[in-house]
Formats: sequence, structure tokens, C-alpha cells
Amino acid sequence: MTPTTPIAEPLSTAPDRAYGYADLPALMSLMTGDEKHGPAATSTLDALWVLYDRVLRVSPARLDDPGRDRFLLSKGHGPMAYYAVLAAKGFLSVDLLPGFGSHHSPLGHHPDRTLVPGVEIGSGSLGHGLPLAVGTALGLRARGLTDPRVWVLVGDAELDEGSNHEAIAFAGAIGLDRLHTLVIDNSSASHALPGGIVARFTAAGWSVTAVDGRDHEALYAAFTRPHPGRPHAVVAHVEPKHA
Amino acid sequence: MDTMRERFSAVTSRLLDEDPRLAVVLADIGEDGFHRAAERHPDRVINVGIREQLLVGVGGGLALAGLRPVLHTFASFLVERPFEQVKLDFGHQGVGGVLVSAGGSYDKPASGFTHMAPGDVALLDTLDGWTVHVPGHPDEAETLLRHAYAAGDERVYVRLSEQTNARPRPVTGEGFLTVRRGRPGAPVVVAVGPLLDSALAAVEGLDATVLYAATVRPLDTPALRAAVAGAPAAEVVLVEPYLAGTSTAAVANALVDVPHRVLGLGTARAELRRYGTIEEHVAAHGLDPRSLRERITAFTARAAG
Repeated sequence: MTPTTPIAEPLSTAPDRAYGYADLPALMSLMTGDEKHGPAATSTLDALWVLYDRVLRVSPARLDDPGRDRFLLSKGHGPMAYYAVLAAKGFLSVDLLPGFGSHHSPLGHHPDRTLVPGVEIGSGSLGHGLPLAVGTALGLRARGLTDPRVWVLVGDAELDEGSNHEAIAFAGAIGLDRLHTLVIDNSSASHALPGGIVARFTAAGWSVTAVDGRDHEALYAAFTRPHPGRPHAVVAHVEPKHA
Repeated sequence: MDTMRERFSAVTSRLLDEDPRLAVVLADIGEDGFHRAAERHPDRVINVGIREQLLVGVGGGLALAGLRPVLHTFASFLVERPFEQVKLDFGHQGVGGVLVSAGGSYDKPASGFTHMAPGDVALLDTLDGWTVHVPGHPDEAETLLRHAYAAGDERVYVRLSEQTNARPRPVTGEGFLTVRRGRPGAPVVVAVGPLLDSALAAVEGLDATVLYAATVRPLDTPALRAAVAGAPAAEVVLVEPYLAGTSTAAVANALVDVPHRVLGLGTARAELRRYGTIEEHVAAHGLDPRSLRERITAFTARAAG
């Protein structure tokens, strides 16, 4: 066996310059090599940006703070938008982005929490994030940490996985109000009925808001809507994957 | 004498009072044993209902939040059904927890194959970093559970069973115990958990060393190598209460530079499609003392020939 090349350090020693929403496509291009990105690659981009820019109480300085909010990317596929937002917010060095998916890079096509600062779960296999988020919310409560909120991002097709429905039913039944699910709905599920996702969460006792996944003000309002005694789902509609 | 499961709920309930990191997750099965603990610690005794993927996912999430999760249900629903959750929600996330199973390979034979998990330890062998305890007595179960809860962020599997030996052995949570010493170079029988008494009865009057394994992973390599020392070709017999041959590869690794032969005894791969009693299933799998003796002597006789 040949020795494995060490994985690059995720954080740069010198802080990167400040990045804004307008920089995200260029950051994604460092990973994809493409100048422009289709709707599928950017389906999560606006919702992620609004969360990290205005909602989540997280920062590179609070990586191990027990009181930080938790964001769990369950839909690990196509994580370029996620890495771009993390880089823009200083969780990882922009210099790492071109190495995306290579042997020495911590940035895989599915994220690994043990390699990337600020990544709360390793994902890729669908249907794991929501149950993990339920456990995280319960664990924070058991530790007396009532302030942190737990967010999990799932895709509409990911909801085909039955494990999600175990979590949705249970969280609704116990009124786990620290839990928030963001569903990015790009109509990619093979078998779905219109309105089915909102109906599913509603039937399980969740607070639910459906919103335009490109409208930052609408996303912010949906993310911050009070939902006492109930978990909260935001269904963000974006362009269909197979338009 | 109480059962291992009764001891599990009693000890774990007490430790919930003492250790604020400990949290129990159930999927309906075993809930009765935790009613009082749930009243005292409603945030740390969690019953998710009949949802085993969620059982394991919640366990992983609790660990991510800094707790020491203890997950319990029948082995078939704890390891086999949500196996990918065990693989990813603990191993891949890099977190630890304690999985405590009941039912073993055929503790409830009248319930049929859906409630049998002879492959649980073999499945965990495909993953990295799982310690596996197989107690042979309720007192051993208590010792091993306490050891598992205190094992930092390690991943630990504790396989409880209705089958027990007559008396407990001084297990520590690490390694094998030498319970019978043959002449130097004698065959070495590694008896796992509740099959110790049967293994000892099987080798009555034979020249054999018997090692007792209530902790099977990691396999106690130094103890095994010491036990086979002096044999021109080591003979090792595994007597395991789950799938035959589960530890054969681990033994081969332990003896990689030592000439040896291994006989792996345990439950058969083929479904019996029979109900009945534990004793009937033990006999059907050839794990009663008489069958064990026949198979062990046939194995050692082959070496002589």
C-alpha cells in the first residue's frame, strides 16, 4: 500500500474576504468548472443563503459551541451550493473549492462531517438526516439546551424514503418544536401528488409553510414564523428538475 | 434469578439517575421495564414507537448532541432491519452508542424466524470499531452493560439472551478468561457467552483448554495465541451462540503466522422452519453437549489421522 496523501486543511490561515450572495455562482464555478448552473445545481442555493445569512446562529467561531443552531444537510447530493455558502461564510477556505471531489480534498460529492468544519452530518444516503435531526433536538433538550434550533434540509424525492415518515410522524406527535425541516421541492419525485408534501406534514401535526424557494423575503418570513408547540416545515418550491 | 433483560432495565434505570449523559431509546419493545425511569427522566427515556430506522437515527442524533445513547429492542429489529442506520448514523458520523439486543438467535422459537437474529454479530463484523459483548449470565450482563455505558464514545453491542450458564464468571469487559487448562498444545475451545456450560460438559475428560469469551470483539488475540502455544499445529474450536463460523476469520487473523485449523460451531445458516423450545433448537443446531462432543472429537481426530 502507498501512503495516503493527507487531506487538505479545511480552514485557511488567513481569513478570506467578505463574500455575498452575488459571489455564490462564482464560488460554485470553482467546483464545477461551469460558468453557469442549471436549476438542479442551485435548487438549494437561495434557501441555504437566507438560512446562513439571516437565520442560523452559527459561525466559524462557534463550531463547538453547544448552544449553536444545528443545520443538517440530509440531501447530500449536489452539495456545491452548500460548500459555496460555507466558504462564503468562512467555514472553509475558498482555495479548497477547485479540489472538489478529488482524493486530497475534504469536499466530497457527499459531505463528511468529520472532514469539513460546520458540516453537522455526513450524508449521501437519503433518509438519514431527519431522524438524526429528531435525535439531535431531543438530545439538546435533554441537556437543558432549549435555545438552539435544529434545521434539516431534505429534497422532495428524498421524502420517498420511509425513514423520513417515521421521523415526521414521531416529531409531530410529541410536538418537537425545536425541529425545523426545509423541503426543497423541485418536483423530482417519481411518484407524487400535487400538495402531497404539505398535506403529509400537516397531517402529522406540523406547522407548515409553502413558499417560493427563490424569494428571499418570503423564505425569511417562512423560516422565522412562530410555531409554538409544533415542529415547523418550510416547503420551498423551485423550478422542476425535469422541466 | 432475574433475566438479563430484567437486569438491563433495572441497572440502566439506576444509572439514568447517576449519569446525565445516558439516554435510553426504545421502539415499544422493552418499554415496560422503563416506566418508572421515564417518569423520572422524561427527556432521557424515549420511546419512538414501532419505528426501528428512527430508533437508530435518534440514537445517532442524541450522540451528536453529546449524549450516550442506549438503544434496545430485539436483535433482528436492532441490527438487521436498520443495518444501514447502524452503519451510517453511528459509524460514518463518527459517534458512539450502546446497542443492547434481546432475543438472540432463537430465544423465542415459537415466534419463528422473523424473531431470530443469528447473523447479528456477523453483520457488525462488516463495520469498524464495534465492541461486542455476549454475556452468559445476568450478573455478567450487568458488568458488561456498566462497562459499555462508561466506555466514552465507543460503539458497543451487548447481546442479551434468555440462555444462561449456571453461574457467572468474573468477566471484566475485556478479553477472554481461561476456565480450563489442557496440556500444552491441547485443542483450544473458545466458548462464547451462554454456551460455556455446554462446551465444558462437551469436553469433560478430554484434553482441551477452554477459553470463555463474554467479549468477542475485539477478539482477545494474546489470550488465544498463548492458549495454542506448544501445539505443532494449533486446533481451535469456536462454540458460538450465533451463526457458525462468525469468528473464524478473526481467529485466522489472530493466528496468521501460526499453523492452525479452526472448527466453527454455531447456529446453522439454513432456516429450521420449526417452532418449539430453546432446548429443541439448541439440539437441532448441534449445540447440546453431546453433539458438541461428537463434532469436537471428530475434528481433533482428523488431525491425528
